[in-house]
Amino acid sequence: MPDIAYEQARHGSSIGQPLTRRDGILKVTGAATYAADNRPEGLLHAVVAVSRIARGRVTHLDVAAAKGHPGVVAVMTGANAPKLAQDPDAKDNPFMFRLDLLQSDQVRYAHQPIAVVIAETLEAATEGAELLAPRYAVEPARIGLDVEAPQEPDAVGAGDKARASRGDVEAGLAEAERRIETVYETAAQYHNALEPHAIVAQWDGDRLIVDTPSQGLGMAQMRLAALFGLDPKNILVRSPFLGGGFGSKGLLSGPQVLGVMAAKLVGRPVKLVLRREQMFGPVGHRAETRQTLRLGTDASGALTALDHHTLTATSSFDDFYEPASALSRYLYAAPAVSTGHSGVRVDTGTPLFMRAPGEASGSVALEGAIDEMAEACGLDPLDFRLKNYAEAEPISGRPFSSKALRECYAQGAARFGWDKRAKAPRSMRDSAGRLVGYGVGTALFPALMMQAEARAEIRADGTGTVALGAHDMGQGAWTALAQIAADGLGIDLAQLDFQSGRSDLPNAGIAGGSAHTATAGSAIHSATSAVLAQLAELATGDERSPLYGAGNAGVFARGGRLLRRDDEGRGESFADILARAGRASVSAEGKAAPDSASREAYAMHSHGAVFAEVSVDPDLGQIRVTRLVGAFAAGRIVNPRLVTSQYYGGMIWGVSFALHENAVLDPRSGRVMNANLGEYHVPVNADVPAIEAILVEEYDPHVNPLGIKGVGEIGITGTAGAIANAVYHATGIRVRKTPITLDLLLG
Amino acid sequence: MNRFDYVRAGSVAEAVAAAAEPGAAYLAAGTNLLDLMKGGITRPTRLVDVTHLPGLDRIESLPGGGHRVGALVRNSDLAYDAGFARAYPAVAEALLSGASAQLRNAATLAGNLMQRTRCPYFYDPASACNKRDPGAGCDARGGETRLHAVLGWSEHCIATHPSDLCVPLVALDAVVEIAGKAGSREVALDAFHRLPGDAPERETVLEPGEMIVSLRLPEDAAAFAGHSRYLKIRDRTSYAFAVVSASAALRLEGGRIGAARLALGGVALKPWRARAAEVVLAGAEPGEASFRAAADAALAEARPSGDNAFKIELARRLIVRTLTLAAAGTPERMPALPASAFADGSALHA
Repeated sequence: MPDIAYEQARHGSSIGQPLTRRDGILKVTGAATYAADNRPEGLLHAVVAVSRIARGRVTHLDVAAAKGHPGVVAVMTGANAPKLAQDPDAKDNPFMFRLDLLQSDQVRYAHQPIAVVIAETLEAATEGAELLAPRYAVEPARIGLDVEAPQEPDAVGAGDKARASRGDVEAGLAEAERRIETVYETAAQYHNALEPHAIVAQWDGDRLIVDTPSQGLGMAQMRLAALFGLDPKNILVRSPFLGGGFGSKGLLSGPQVLGVMAAKLVGRPVKLVLRREQMFGPVGHRAETRQTLRLGTDASGALTALDHHTLTATSSFDDFYEPASALSRYLYAAPAVSTGHSGVRVDTGTPLFMRAPGEASGSVALEGAIDEMAEACGLDPLDFRLKNYAEAEPISGRPFSSKALRECYAQGAARFGWDKRAKAPRSMRDSAGRLVGYGVGTALFPALMMQAEARAEIRADGTGTVALGAHDMGQGAWTALAQIAADGLGIDLAQLDFQSGRSDLPNAGIAGGSAHTATAGSAIHSATSAVLAQLAELATGDERSPLYGAGNAGVFARGGRLLRRDDEGRGESFADILARAGRASVSAEGKAAPDSASREAYAMHSHGAVFAEVSVDPDLGQIRVTRLVGAFAAGRIVNPRLVTSQYYGGMIWGVSFALHENAVLDPRSGRVMNANLGEYHVPVNADVPAIEAILVEEYDPHVNPLGIKGVGEIGITGTAGAIANAVYHATGIRVRKTPITLDLLLG
Repeated sequence: MNRFDYVRAGSVAEAVAAAAEPGAAYLAAGTNLLDLMKGGITRPTRLVDVTHLPGLDRIESLPGGGHRVGALVRNSDLAYDAGFARAYPAVAEALLSGASAQLRNAATLAGNLMQRTRCPYFYDPASACNKRDPGAGCDARGGETRLHAVLGWSEHCIATHPSDLCVPLVALDAVVEIAGKAGSREVALDAFHRLPGDAPERETVLEPGEMIVSLRLPEDAAAFAGHSRYLKIRDRTSYAFAVVSASAALRLEGGRIGAARLALGGVALKPWRARAAEVVLAGAEPGEASFRAAADAALAEARPSGDNAFKIELARRLIVRTLTLAAAGTPERMPALPASAFADGSALHA
């Protein structure tokens, strides 16, 4: 299989090309239709009323006042909400989260939906929600990592092991020549894609159409089917474009389901869009962590032991534990490695997947600890990382399917000018006297594969179609997957009808885990290969064809023709093959799934190295990232322009992680006190330095038929740690928490 | 949002009459007021739209020196007025360090003076706030206080005034020209904003119905043009309120400081004129020693209102830096990153 894929790609015209986004003009002209842009006939507007307490009960809602407001059509509360076929508190698997759908008067976190007002206008619904004037029986909020004795969870992340180890860490530490113990803290971050969660829901009897941003059309369809007792076939979910997802739109959130319930209640189409402040609660966040690392080395600087423990928080009513220690299972070589997690329950919404869940938070702590250990050994931070380079996955012992991390270090360091780094901290200055620091961080994100299906067709006019319910959340799926599809069929992109973004197309799985291009692309590859096999069958079995006798494996497709491998001068167009066979078209379906044999045999990860330069005002503590160079190896690169953009986006989130993002909860009330984009800081353009992403070549014959690894999340990892390490190098002050703010550097 | 009357005034007299009743508020660009109304933080019963009043959008050079700036002059128009920016470069720098380009294009001069604090407890209707609801208490006390006041605060309120613009203006002795039912009056900007005391709900000295019509820079303000800076410490490079800011203006005479003006932002519920520091600087030789002494004098009364002691030391250092840069001379061109510590390549120390 891999051979054919590589063959096709080599002869193909699309894969590997830095094409601009096919949907770019639609987006910059405003013609791209996002969920909230839909306005079906008879549309009503729904506004969610949210709780202002974090824990307790709603004792009264002034429903009469809200209903009495002109334009208000209905007020949906627990008393009159449509009955659901599935308990919103049911949990059958780690990918299923409990939703707040007005099932009780209990309040479990601030900004929990407690009612929905539906009105003829957005303004009337907004005012109606205000008039509800809820009263509460308040119980004290439980907030923070010290709120109770931590417990070890059954699983972390999406069903990952809470604990994994190899060797005897205590013995490794005991025998170590040098050892450190260090604690890092990361702040909570809340999902804030530019497009808030939005839904337009329309019922037609027992049929349901929803327009809503989704990173998982099939899962959304199935959850709606379960909640409303519908045949999935009667549900159409449309999501052609997302204004960012980052994990928050992988699974349906409660407010999205409330929009469907509201439409059912009033028997008219309903639009529900969260306000910005309502994003801080019901749609997921990256929980805070406190990570304790213990490292030991021998006299040469080789690690003898690495222990990484994460304390984090989940909600009072559901389980999602930030798997921040997991990174230490994959990255640095040590004879003894131990990773574990513990958690407390707090009165916040349930944490959720957020771009590089686990790896992002874990990387800041691990890269900081590695830097501290390097210094304790008197070694250059990059040399120390090379010294402890893992030739096999540390805990599992499996070889890597591919790992061009050495090349990443080398190319990144050369481009950055790492050799100009002064060894001692606080010893480099710019011409104005500002402190300058260099830092490095290793980037890693697992190369996952999920399941997907796709359909492909070639028609007698030589054009083709590839269809699957894939997801473009800004990463460029409309373009990258179409490139794979065009090469898969051996036609030009202009001849391809690429259909995507709807649940009535073959299920393309979810756009998550940086695995969408790999997974959906593999399904496309499977479907297009099957179509070409049919064409080849028609041609090579027909003595009138110039390809007669070449055999299925003896031909390949390019430019709308099948050609002989051993003689590219002999070939025949798709149109001619189909015409002679009297066929209007050939079509096939294809599937992708992880290859369990190769996944058992090999560890699969994307790798990278990020180098950061910061400038710090020695008196005022102001920090500015002045340069970032990332070098990443992620298997085959389908579209270098889009991939570079993904790396940039990840690295900018790394800047945000290191220096800005911080949801500030008042520990007394449990409310987020900066629930707006004025005060919940992400970097502005002026905070984004000169960024460079180097695409390091890597060939992976094991990961999937196309050799594609993920690029969506890895950019955050490594970057935040590199910046933190650069701040230390600049100032000599080791700040063991993020975000690093100027007050921590005043000395 | 409550129901409210909307009145579009045709003249200042009409506006003042329309706004005399309790619960009325003037509406200019609305960049702060409308957000407050949407959040249920303020509930005016009447909005008096002054945006169409004639003559209040002018920047005038006064015959005897000084400038008059109309209440409706947009922040960006003022910052990019070449004559004004040349005379008061620190004011232009402060303007360009505030908010975002979009907001500066809309926000007015008077609106900037009248903007409310950014204390998160003021913006959270579920929190107790004496400013919103006199006598309710102050949930900021004991809460998230990293950015709260270190000067002039009281048990009743520890919020800060968020303006950048007001900081150099108060340093330059700007005067607020006010129209009211009883006629016109003027108030020094330094006396315009009130410290919280036991009535934090009263933020300015404006009487009900009174309206800012213009602001005057006095004759001698432009004499500081050659040595004026505004510096703003913030948590990101743009679109962030000041953690602490400072404006320094010097007149250098024969190697000595003839006159000094110094004001701080982000430290109190009003733009904070540091007069004690000015006394220290007057007649002194410019340099680290006198600048440090001035900084100490400016912060002598400072005390943390919570988890913000760092702001006192930061303000000290910022004063030294701002004086150093002012003494070195106003840059010929507006820095690419206005008011930033990374604004230019000049040396950090004298």
